[in-house]
Amino acid sequence: MNLKPVLTITKREFVTLITSPLASVFLVIFLFGAGLMTFQIGRFFDGGEASLDIFFSFHPWLYLFLVPAIGMNLWAEEKRSGTIELLLTFPIASWHAIIAKFIATWLFIAVALAFTIPYIFMVKGLGDPDMGPIITGYFGSFLMAGSYLAITCFTSALTRNPVISFIIAFVGCFLLILCGYPPITEFLANDLNLAGWVVRLVSGFSFMTHFELMQRGLITLRDLVFFLSTVIFFLFATSFVIRSQRAG
Amino acid sequence: MIEVKNLVKCFGPKRAVDGVSFTVERGDVLGFLGPNGAGKSTSMRMITGYIPMTSGQVTVGGMDISKSPEEAKKLIGYLPENAPSYPGMSVRGFLKFCAEIRGITGSAATRAIDRVVSLCFLDKVIHQNVDTLSKGYRHRVCFAQSIIHDPDILIMDEPTDGLDPNQKQEVRKIIKQMGEKKAIIFSTHILEEVEAVCNRTIIIDQGKKVEDGTPDEIKRKALNAGSIIVGTTGVLASELSRKLEALNGVDKVEVLSDSQQKVSARVFPGAAVAFGSLAPEIYRLAARESWTLNELHTDSGRLDDVFRRITFSETGKAKN
Ligand SMILES: Nc1ncnc2c1ncn2[C@@H]1O[C@H](COP(=O)(O)OP(=O)(O)O)[C@@H](O)[C@H]1O
Ligand SMILES: [Mg+2]
Repeated sequence: MNLKPVLTITKREFVTLITSPLASVFLVIFLFGAGLMTFQIGRFFDGGEASLDIFFSFHPWLYLFLVPAIGMNLWAEEKRSGTIELLLTFPIASWHAIIAKFIATWLFIAVALAFTIPYIFMVKGLGDPDMGPIITGYFGSFLMAGSYLAITCFTSALTRNPVISFIIAFVGCFLLILCGYPPITEFLANDLNLAGWVVRLVSGFSFMTHFELMQRGLITLRDLVFFLSTVIFFLFATSFVIRSQRAG
Repeated sequence: MIEVKNLVKCFGPKRAVDGVSFTVERGDVLGFLGPNGAGKSTSMRMITGYIPMTSGQVTVGGMDISKSPEEAKKLIGYLPENAPSYPGMSVRGFLKFCAEIRGITGSAATRAIDRVVSLCFLDKVIHQNVDTLSKGYRHRVCFAQSIIHDPDILIMDEPTDGLDPNQKQEVRKIIKQMGEKKAIIFSTHILEEVEAVCNRTIIIDQGKKVEDGTPDEIKRKALNAGSIIVGTTGVLASELSRKLEALNGVDKVEVLSDSQQKVSARVFPGAAVAFGSLAPEIYRLAARESWTLNELHTDSGRLDDVFRRITFSETGKAKN
């Protein structure tokens, strides 16, 4: 298996991304948003506890806006500018390009996450926090971002219009948050009187459910499998869409 | 080098390309002619492996584009319609990317980039961002991309579209030069381009191949091909046409213009007369009659006449 093209395309995508105005906007909003939500809304300091729980619990909501925004152009732009015709007539396989675009953007999100590391030092200054949940929290957050991103890759391949791609990705990710959001699951269980296994099934599709344990320092196989299979599923779906669109 | 057999592409019920076959050898420059919507771009997209074919077979350099696409694509350079390039990249960055993805790196890449930059006159804009370039430059950047790996096969979809006359001339010259060592297909709807550059021409219309031959062979199919234009001064139009018609081998004479003593006429030879053999007869007639000849030449036919006749009659048929 030749992975050189993946590296070449990843490099190009990453450089294009970090030099784009979108990247700066993303970083500013991400850092500002994470800070604001944590310090203001979450009353970080009032908790009296030195942990990053609140910080991480906002990530699903932050990603909801930011990941579809950073990924909406991945394929839509290729199609609009016609460069997809160049890309797919280079001597590479289309999955090279699909994976490379995904990785480049995921890496960028990792960079943005890394910029929040100062928060850790702030927390350490407050007390003596447990490093375990912090590390698994970052890891989980990164994985979760990958799932959002794979969904956005897919919606970006569906259309040449980035706004439509954003909206579909947003709605899709929103549903995947909601089905595990405690107020919703309580509503399902108490008001609709759904059986426990139905509620668990529904919430089993949620980012929230699978991110929860990681915020507390626990990485389970189930959660890993969930995030990774979401990524793989949507990247396959992307490849399917790109192939069938070319077939006409 | 390129072998296309019974190529078919259907978009739903529409047969955009309908059973096109041809071969292109090294040293050939094939002009792909046809009105808009004829199926030129669709054919090229199948040959380059961008879209899958509904049926048929394409082999390039002996490799089947559907069965071993990655190997086959290495041999091909492709300039898509509208010459796309990645916005936000510099010309050099873009070319470097295109070289690297084809496995050309390091000093080989630098050499390849230098070569195409000078060939396509990109020196002045090499560090400029591609989206700030004029259309002509953007076109040449994409053209440069298509030859960065010095491919054996070059496929270009309307390579001179949107260029000014000088740039068109420049691109034609490059294509002609490269055609000596490569197998080239390029599409166009500019007929003079075909005559200037190609040694073979295919006309397609509504997805079907309707003509295939050298530009000269196709031109001979024009209604006027082989007719002779005679221009005289001081001869009456009626006398001129009467005496020309009396000449052996003349089928009919058509007076084209008649003003201020200057008369010109088109002489159509009979079916059995060899191409060009009537002109000397007319010259001798003029000498015997002491006419003042100011024009005498054999019309070799015009590609656009053939083109118009073929593509009009086809669309006419489709409408009825
Ligand atoms: N992706 C597509 N889906 C549906 N129809 C298409 C598609 N691409 C091309 N066509 C149709 O196929 C025909 C041939 O188009 P094209 O190959 O672009 O023509 P040309 O390049 O000769 O102008 C046109 O009628 C066009 O509308
Ligand atoms: Mg076209």
